[in-house]
Amino acid sequence: MRDVSAWREQFPILKRKVHGKPLVYLDNAATTQKPQSVLQVERHYYEHLNANIHRGVHALSQEATDAFEGARDKVRQFLNAKHTEEIIFTRGATEAINLVAQSWGRSEVRAGDEILVSEMEHHANIVPWQMLCEATGATLKVIPIDERGGLVPGAVESLMGERTRLVAITQVSNALGTVNPLGDIIRLARAAGALVLVDGAQAVAHMPVDVTALDCDFYVFSGHKLYGPTGIGVLYGKRALLNKMPPWQGGGDMIAEVTFRKTTYNQLPYKFEAGTPHIAGAIGLGAAVDFVRSVGLEKIAEHEDHLLQQATRLAAQMEGMRLVGTMPGKASILSFVLEGVHPHDIGTILDSEGVAIRTGHHCAMPVMDHYCLPATARASFAMYNTTDEVEVLFEALHRVKEMFLI
Amino acid sequence: MSDLRDLYQEVIFDHNRHPRNFGALANANRHAQGFNRLCGDRLTLHLKVQDGIIQDVRFEGSGCAISTASASLMTEALKGKTEAEANALFEGFHHMVTEGGETSVNLGKLAVLAGVSEFPARVKCATLAWHTMNAALHDHQDPVSTE
Repeated sequence: MRDVSAWREQFPILKRKVHGKPLVYLDNAATTQKPQSVLQVERHYYEHLNANIHRGVHALSQEATDAFEGARDKVRQFLNAKHTEEIIFTRGATEAINLVAQSWGRSEVRAGDEILVSEMEHHANIVPWQMLCEATGATLKVIPIDERGGLVPGAVESLMGERTRLVAITQVSNALGTVNPLGDIIRLARAAGALVLVDGAQAVAHMPVDVTALDCDFYVFSGHKLYGPTGIGVLYGKRALLNKMPPWQGGGDMIAEVTFRKTTYNQLPYKFEAGTPHIAGAIGLGAAVDFVRSVGLEKIAEHEDHLLQQATRLAAQMEGMRLVGTMPGKASILSFVLEGVHPHDIGTILDSEGVAIRTGHHCAMPVMDHYCLPATARASFAMYNTTDEVEVLFEALHRVKEMFLI
Repeated sequence: MSDLRDLYQEVIFDHNRHPRNFGALANANRHAQGFNRLCGDRLTLHLKVQDGIIQDVRFEGSGCAISTASASLMTEALKGKTEAEANALFEGFHHMVTEGGETSVNLGKLAVLAGVSEFPARVKCATLAWHTMNAALHDHQDPVSTE
């Protein structure tokens, strides 16, 4: 048996009850719960270090700056980026993608250029590119998915052309669990002279990521899906690219010198961090990274896969249940529909049993359209979930079927 | 949260499985669409209103058990009512599912949906048909949403 009970101990919220039943939290693809170490480090920051960073000569400001910059280096190690200044703190993955679309996109993309996304993208990796295309006259092209929820074989090759400037692709689909073949996609993009942005929001908590080995140009993720705080995320970008890109938001901290005649900008990473950042959030993210690394992502991945296999077996035995997203090697996401029951009703009945799942379109409406579904129910597993909880999920699903007489 | 059976009463399952007044309506002179994209609930309402009286009403679409049953029960309740009575039912129903407790309007069979007030996340499901009816009577063109 893995050390799941020891892992669970780290998460205070898992002790609470919901509607008188023990909480079974299976909405981890939406956000993960936070371990004690993350909660403590944020509290410690506000109790002992709170000051603005990069400015003051006083002790608190220096200590806060050290903690903030220390967190940046933890993230660099976590992603295996070469340089600490390649790590830009943002509000989340969404803001990181918008930063690239607005800064790199507005300065580099011309009418007639093409941006490639996939049909399985989260809205956060679709809409910023649509906005860019609208502003520049570029074209958004879509890599289609097949019935299993994988990219249609050969589609990336056929859509990639000399006008392709960027491929924006998710590493793991939040609605389907599909893990995309990034190595192949990045090789094809290199050959076509296109850049690659990887949306790692659903990946970082489930598999080791090495941006240097991947050789992607940009990588984004959100802290709150990695057991860290909300409101903090990361943009990794190759230094040469980031240096060439114009600033996105203007304000304090991102400048070197301001006069009314001319303003010069700060160096990386500060050029892209206008205003007082989410200092406590960044420090909390650093603690989350420490936590995940201390457990080991290989161990986490192995445990989650065990849960997914168990759930997939039970799903196959349940009449009327259909999985949406059936690619081999999926991440720990079980998206499904029950014949004759709307996902919303499933969600309410499961909630009454203490089981938290997500129902709806998962911010991936094109995926729902692909399967001609209004919505799905989605259980997503994290390191602290147990085989017993998977059993509870399926007992609750049996209750749904009983109630709906199916 | 109160008991799940307060929300999912047998009448609701019955109307979900066998929605009444379901389908298109010939000679309808009022129409409106309701759409809750987050849940995927979608319905179109057709009304035949003559001399200020709702002669007939039917609906089409798909949604969860609560929204389907609510639409089905609503169509039954609306037939033969004046527009003013329909408005009063709308107000009474809305009060029942959002605030809970007694209303001054006699809601009859619609009272089976009273349990919704204990499930705030489901209020939007129960009220979609009613807001769509409201839009149809007031001739609003844009699809209605209760999200």
